[in-house]
Amino acid sequence: MTAGTTDLWTLAVIVGLAVVTVVARSFFFISSKPWSLPHWAQRGLQYAPIAALSAVVLPEVVMVQGQLVGTWADARLFAAAAGALAYFWRRDVLLTILVGMAVYLPLHLGWGW
Amino acid sequence: MREMWPQAPGIAAWGLMTGVAMVKSGMSVFESLAMTLLVFAGSSQLAAIPLLVAGAPMWVILATGFCVNLRFVVFSLHLRPYLIHLPRWERMAHGYLTADLSYVLFTRRYPKPAADAEGRRAQEAYLAGNCFVNWGSWMVPSIVGVALANFIPTRWGLGFAGILCLVGILCSLASTRLRIVSAAVAGAVAVATWALPLKLNIVVAIAAAVLLCLGLEKLRPATQEARP
Repeated sequence: MTAGTTDLWTLAVIVGLAVVTVVARSFFFISSKPWSLPHWAQRGLQYAPIAALSAVVLPEVVMVQGQLVGTWADARLFAAAAGALAYFWRRDVLLTILVGMAVYLPLHLGWGW
Repeated sequence: MREMWPQAPGIAAWGLMTGVAMVKSGMSVFESLAMTLLVFAGSSQLAAIPLLVAGAPMWVILATGFCVNLRFVVFSLHLRPYLIHLPRWERMAHGYLTADLSYVLFTRRYPKPAADAEGRRAQEAYLAGNCFVNWGSWMVPSIVGVALANFIPTRWGLGFAGILCLVGILCSLASTRLRIVSAAVAGAVAVATWALPLKLNIVVAIAAAVLLCLGLEKLRPATQEARP
């Protein structure tokens, strides 16, 4: 995908994601027949969302171009850690963003980490 | 609707960040607007952005989006008795528009589905008004974010705000020990298998984490139920 241009494939993915939203949010009342998920799937519901988020987030924080960061001098590591701590302190996602960016921007722009 | 207003600033800030993150990741303004207006699910949008940029195949992105959105499947099971009397398209429309906070407030206000027509109408009205405020407080800032992003230099790395947002949601889901195990396993596997083509490392990571946690559950059947 090139920066700033619209391409059909991306739009198709966006429409697909919209369909996913509708299906997920009305999953159990699409059909009026009573039915339920198999047991293993219900158990899996416990763990899949956090796994999906973690699988997307962690590489974004600890890797550059497919390599683990070889140095501690990376603003993202400290910002993500500070954001997580902020969350557990006040249970507020907004605070996570604010604290994380407050750590990230000075390090990233000031020291070029 | 009155109960929803206090929640609006939080949703607005999140929407703003998502708008900025989309444009900063290299999506065009049109694509970002389309995503905002159609997908209407912050966490799946934010999770999809890095995958879109990396050119992952469509099914991987959609599967990831669905996994991130699985909490809504649980919500829908809960909302079913409230909505099942409506025609299908209306049910689907309600479902599509009911995001996290609308669901939490609605079920707090109405612990039981209504038994008569009048009660049902009142509940429907509450849900619709609630969703309307939520929708507005998400859409407008998202669009503002998309617009503002063009005036912010890319060098600032503001796209990272989207990742931080996901970090926050991740922490909010870490409610049981096994879930923390799931997150740790998925993160480690995703990093370890990063070299897999087509972003398959995400899929492998989710599968490994879920299977391992289901296995651990079998070993310790005395785990308590936790619902998000």
